[in-house]
Parts: sequence; structure tokens; C-alpha cells
Amino acid sequence: MTNAERSAAAEPILELRDLGVTFTTETGEVPAVRGVTLQVRPGETLALVGESGSGKSTVALASIGLLPGNARATGGASVDGEDVVGATESDLARLRGSTVSMVFQEPATALDPLTRVGAQIAEVITNHRDVPAKEAAAAAVDLLRRVGIPDPERRASAFPFELSGGQRQRVVIAMAIANDPKVLIADEPTTALDVTVQAEILDLLRDLTVGSGTAVLLVTHNMGVVADFADRVAVMLKGEIVETGTVEDVLLRPTHDYTKRLLAAVPRLTVAEQGSERAGVQESPAPPEPVVDLRDVSVLFGRGSRAVRALDGVSLVVRPGETVGLVGESGSGKSTAARVALGLITPSEGAVHLFGADLHKTRRRDRRAMRSGIGVVLQDPVASLDARMTVAECIAEPLRVHRGRMSARERASRVGEILERVRLPRSFAQRAPRELSGGQRQRVSLARALVLDPRLLVADEPTSALDVSVQETVLEVITELQDELGFACLFVSHDLAVVQQFAERVVVMRLGRIEEQGSTRTTLMHPETDYTSRLLAAVPVADPVRQRQRRAQRLAAAAGGSDAVA
Amino acid sequence: MSAVLQPGQAPGTGASTETDPETAGVTGLRLAVRRFTRNRLAVIGLVVVVLFFLFCFVGPFLYSTDQTHTLLHQVNLAPSGSHLLGTDAVGHDELGRLMFGGKVSLLVGLAAGVLATVIGTLWGAAAGYAGGWVDATMMRVVDAGIAIPALFILLVISAISNPGVSGLIVIIGFVSWLVPSRLIRAETLTLKNRDYVLTLRAIGGGHTRAIGRHILPNSISTIVVAATFQVADAILLVAYVSYLGLGAQPPATDWGGMLSAGLTAAYSGRWWLILPPGLAIILVVCAFNAIGDGLRDAFDVRGRG
Repeated sequence: MTNAERSAAAEPILELRDLGVTFTTETGEVPAVRGVTLQVRPGETLALVGESGSGKSTVALASIGLLPGNARATGGASVDGEDVVGATESDLARLRGSTVSMVFQEPATALDPLTRVGAQIAEVITNHRDVPAKEAAAAAVDLLRRVGIPDPERRASAFPFELSGGQRQRVVIAMAIANDPKVLIADEPTTALDVTVQAEILDLLRDLTVGSGTAVLLVTHNMGVVADFADRVAVMLKGEIVETGTVEDVLLRPTHDYTKRLLAAVPRLTVAEQGSERAGVQESPAPPEPVVDLRDVSVLFGRGSRAVRALDGVSLVVRPGETVGLVGESGSGKSTAARVALGLITPSEGAVHLFGADLHKTRRRDRRAMRSGIGVVLQDPVASLDARMTVAECIAEPLRVHRGRMSARERASRVGEILERVRLPRSFAQRAPRELSGGQRQRVSLARALVLDPRLLVADEPTSALDVSVQETVLEVITELQDELGFACLFVSHDLAVVQQFAERVVVMRLGRIEEQGSTRTTLMHPETDYTSRLLAAVPVADPVRQRQRRAQRLAAAAGGSDAVA
Repeated sequence: MSAVLQPGQAPGTGASTETDPETAGVTGLRLAVRRFTRNRLAVIGLVVVVLFFLFCFVGPFLYSTDQTHTLLHQVNLAPSGSHLLGTDAVGHDELGRLMFGGKVSLLVGLAAGVLATVIGTLWGAAAGYAGGWVDATMMRVVDAGIAIPALFILLVISAISNPGVSGLIVIIGFVSWLVPSRLIRAETLTLKNRDYVLTLRAIGGGHTRAIGRHILPNSISTIVVAATFQVADAILLVAYVSYLGLGAQPPATDWGGMLSAGLTAAYSGRWWLILPPGLAIILVVCAFNAIGDGLRDAFDVRGRG
């Protein structure tokens, strides 16, 4: 009855036999994929999961013959019986876009910014079918309607920049399905999108493929997306497939150690069972004076009528020793709020109090001293550390700024000490950041943030660029040090599950305003506002059975809320 | 980096490999040297420049000639065993003169190129880092400067003041810093928003530290590439000015001045007064440009202008 069963009998439409890919780089040959054998049957969705560097994207690119010039493929890959690995460019061009097509991760770069979206879709059609331009244009409008773009006739003549990220990804999907492909390859199709948009895009992909018998090869690192969308799963590790099976088997009863570890590291969003009541709110009796206090802060970017209100009357406090999670989708102003707290952005209205003093009314010298009480960890592990410095120099920088009289030896011993605190060997001090992995770099950033024993740590998406297993260690280190050192933490994240695990209080932001705030347990279990509920409902959980129920509930709620969802 | 391994992935997800086998063990400098040496033309350029420097600065010790007095007994001699490149209209040995004049050309070119780059770097870094109206004002000054041809300014100033070697260096340095300042400003604009600069500012680090410790060291590759092209341009500018008789004054000379002096002789078939300095200018300028190209590949920075 299900697709998986129906398609089990059919011949595989995408078949990889002992596929290997080797890259020739300046530093030698790098094998990226080894001995990958897998099959996808019509109507089936196979998820290829793994951490970064596992080779999953390379497999996807090899299946459509889009490997970069320095890659060499061995073994076999065939789509609908036609071999891809040895195929000529003209054969591949015929296959691509008609028999097999691809949805890329970043819709902003997958579309040509200078061509109207209707024309871009029509081009895919005329590339493969001999139809008059007028007919192709009409077909493009039709496709836009199918992918759920409102007012498709008008939108067809829009440029990509006039569309939102989610709409752009819908256009990319429209291009991919323009010629009714038999195989759709989706490489992290929702990774660049907000979680509510991700849910809509996954719904769309499901609607488009289930009925038509299209096979889907879904590449993702997100187990929630896998649970939501896939029939079968193949787990990749270091270029090889370590486990294959149905989505229930792999996600609920994994057999390979690596899969077990991977799944254990996925932060789980605990959700209230339906019907359970909201617990009574208990506020601690006499709250201590906050370390940071934003009072009715507004931030305007730009001037005059073109000014953008990035923050609008935001008030929030972080008290000593507590962790406050700041969550929201992109453009919600959560990073702006964190930067206001850091004093990097001066608010247009409102006041910022840091350790009890008004940040913008104190004298310059005092302000500098106040800032020695703050530690900062930002998102990008590469850009956070100056590549021209050693690890020791990076960590010692706050000491040079605020403890100018410290001797070189004292500095070195402090650096060694803090390195051990973040669970890195002292010998790392003389390494270059480039030699370190992403997780190690973020721990160096953390060491730099904590080297002055700050009272407040501001962490802006510190683990978003990391794999789940690495994210787990970094979060563990932060928690451990917070217990030891007692600093307060303002933790900005888009990941509700991480915030739920990590923060005691949560502030939900939307479009520059605070939607609601409260203790993590009550707010994320029994949200008061409709927005937070929708946000929570859109998070896919890594359990296919429960995710199916959640999806049904979410769709029912959306249908109940009638045409509120545009 | 891992971008090579994961062509479809965003840098965010690609950056988190626990081990990075590709870059481990190979330092940036060694990689840069390897990229540079792969560019054959750049290596040839480097060899040419080194040879010219040896020729002009060490050569006179091995092949000493009188370049100050007028030697009427040996004017306009064709190349022979005693004068390999012949002599000019006042009896100076042409090979010796090539060394003598080359000193001025190379010295002025190098110093003026470096001076222009230093001024441009400081100006561009300050403008880019300050941002806002300061940046706007400073860059409009640059735009205005670029609108006036550097050669024109140079000629006017030289005509008025009749500069010596150090004067030429200063004038050329001050008319040709505009292009490097634009390059460095662009570089600064991206660097000042890097997370490590933001982090430094958030914990109270000063602007001097941000520029001196982070922004300038990280734009060093752009600066070096810009400097190489500036040196080539400066050598050409000196040649122009001296050719028009406004540069080094006799008995001092440079390659441009030699060309100018030999011009009348060209019609009487004394090619040895024209070809050697002309070729020297062409070779050195091309060599510096080739080195610049090679450095650009090695450091992987964007092009000029």
C-alpha cells in the first residue's frame, strides 16, 4: 500500500554500483567516496545521511554527472538504464533536466539573478522539448502554480531577488520538475531555509513526488528531515556506506555503532503530548540584579523612509549564572539583539545596561573595563579566528587588550590553563587555526571568550556550523565551564531543540519584536502565542513514527487556521 | 579546503570536518611558493629582475667606465671589443651607461612603487575601516585624483621643480597611490566585518589593534601584489618623465633619459643608443608584471584596479 512497498517490486531507476570518486588536489589524491552501492526505485525516497566530509554530496553529484573537473569517478552509476559515469557531455546534457534533475541547497545562488523566474523555468523546458516559446512560458506559469507560488502569472515575470528564500526554493523545484523527471536529486534542499519554510518545502516535495512515482535521492545531515520525508536511509561515513535500511529501522533500531552515535548526538525537542496542561508559572522570589538588561531597545538601519526597523521595543534581561536562549527565524533580529547587548550596535531608542551601568552613558575608559567582563563566541568557526595568528595569540588577545602588564610567561601559562579547560591539549597553543577542525576552532573561540573570566558569555549560533556530534561536545564544554565558573550566557540559536536542552529561559523573537519569553520548560512545551506553536510544530523530530503524527497535526492545524498560511 | 571535497555544500556545513587531511601538514607559505613556481612566466620574471639588479648594482664593479666626463676621443663608436655596446655622443660607454642609468630607474621605480603602496594602504585602510561619511569623503578624493592623469600631474610638477632622484620618488609615489588605496579599501571592508574583528571590538579592543594586528596582516597578500604592479608602473613613469627631459639631469641619467638622448642618433643608424635602454625598460616592466601575476595566483587574491 505504501510507496515503498509498491516500488519494492519495480526495477531500480537510479543505480550506483561500487561507485568511487577521487579528487586530485594540490596536496595529492583525496578519495572522497569508496565502493558505494545503492539503488533507488521509482516512487521511493532514499535519504543519504552523514556528517560533513562523509562524501554524501559527492555521491549526489556523481549520480548526475556534475562532478568538478578535478574529480575522477570509478565504478558504475546509471539513471534509467543509462550509464552516467562514462557518458559524454552531450549524453549527460540530454539526461539532466529531463530524466534526472537536481535541487540545490542554496536557492539564492541556484537562480540566475538577471533572468526572470518564468524565463528560467521555460528555458529548462525548451532545452529538452521542441515547443514554441509561448507554450513554454505558459507551462512555466503552470509549474509555478503547481509549486504553490501565489499569483503565478504575475510572479513569472519577477526576478529572483523579489522572492523570499522559500519562494526561490519553490522556483528551483519547479525547474527541477519541469520535464517530469524520473529521478530527483535534492542536495540539502532545506538546509538554508527557516524551519517553518523547511516544513512547507518538504510538504511540497512530498506532494510532487508521491503521486507521480518520481524517485528521490535526498542528501541531508538533518535526521528530522530524514524522518519526515524518506522511505529508506543510507548512512555514510568517510566515503563509505555503513548502514542501509528502511527509515524506521535505521532511525529507531540502528545497528551500526556510528549510526547509534550520530542519532544519540541529535538534540531532541521534547514536545508536550496533546491535551496536557500548562504547568503553573513559578518565578523565583527576588531576582538578582541582571548582568545585561535591554530596556525597550529599538534599532533602525538606514535613514529616512528607507530605514529598516531591525529591533522594535525589545526588553530582555540575563541574570547572573543563568542561560537565556534567544530564538527566532532569520530576520527576527536575534543576532542584532545580541550585538546591541555587546555594544557593537548603538540602539536608536532605549537603554542597554551592562553589569548595572548604562553602557552608552559611561565614560570610554569605564566602558572598556566593563567590556572585559564579556566573552564572545560567534557562528563561523573559520572567520572567528585570525588565520595569521597561532592559537595562543588568538586566545591571548583579550589579555593583551585588558591585562597589558601581564608578562609573556604569565600569559602563556594562562593560555595553557584555559586550553585545558575547553578540553584541548596545551600543545595546541603553537598550532595555526587552519590545522584545527571546526569543533576544535569553536573551542578555541570559547577559550578566548573565557580567558578573562567573564561574567557574561554571548554566544551567537556557536554550534550552527558544526556537525551534531561535534555540537554535542562544544555544548557540553560550555555547560561544564558554566557550572564551574558561573558566568551568565546569552545563547542565540535558530535550533529550538538545542535551546531547550541548553537554556533555562527562552526569548522568542519575530520580525524585530519579542513574541514571548519565559522559562524554557513552559514556553517551549506550552507556548502562549500562535507563532511559537507553529515554530515548534514545524521542527521535524528524528522519529519517523512520531514525525508522521506531528505532520498530520500540523497540516490539520494549518487547514483549521484556513488561509492564514500564504 | 573541504570545499573541494563537498562542492555542493555551504561553507557552514563544510567547515566542520574533524580532520582535514588536505591542508594538514602543508603550510600556506609552502603552498604559495608552489603556486608561484608553477607560473613559469613569473619565475622567469623573477630571474630577469634579479639579473637586472645584479647588472646595475654589481656590474659597475666588474666593468668600470667613466660616466661623468665628456670623452671627445671616443664619441659615437660602434660596438666593438673594447666597447661592447659602443659609445654615445659624449663618449660614454653605452654598456656602462646602461648600468649607471638602470640604477636610477630601478631605485626610483622600487622606492616610488613602495611609497605609493604605503600611502595607498594607509589611506584605503583608514577609509574602509572608518566607513560612513569619512569613507565617502576619502574615496571621492581618490576618484578625483584618478580623473586627472597621473602623467600630467607628474609632468607639471617636474617642469616646475626640476627634481632629483629623491624628488622623483616622492612625486611618483604621491601621484600613483590611488589604485592601491582602492584595492586595500575593498579588502578592509570585508575584513572589518570578520568575526575575529567583531569579537575584538566587543571585548573592548581598540581600532589601532584591529587595523594593525588583524586587517593589515590579512591584506598583506593584496598589498604585496599591488606593490609589484606599482613598481612596474613607476619604472615606466620615470622613463616617460626622463624621456621628456624632465627627469634625471646630465651627467646623471636613467633609461628614459638614455632613450631621449639617443633619439637623434636613431636616424643615423646608431641603434646601440636606442635598443639597449628600450629593451631594458620593456624587460623589467614585463618582468615585474609577471611577478605580480604570479604572486596574485600564489596568494589567490583578486586582480588589479
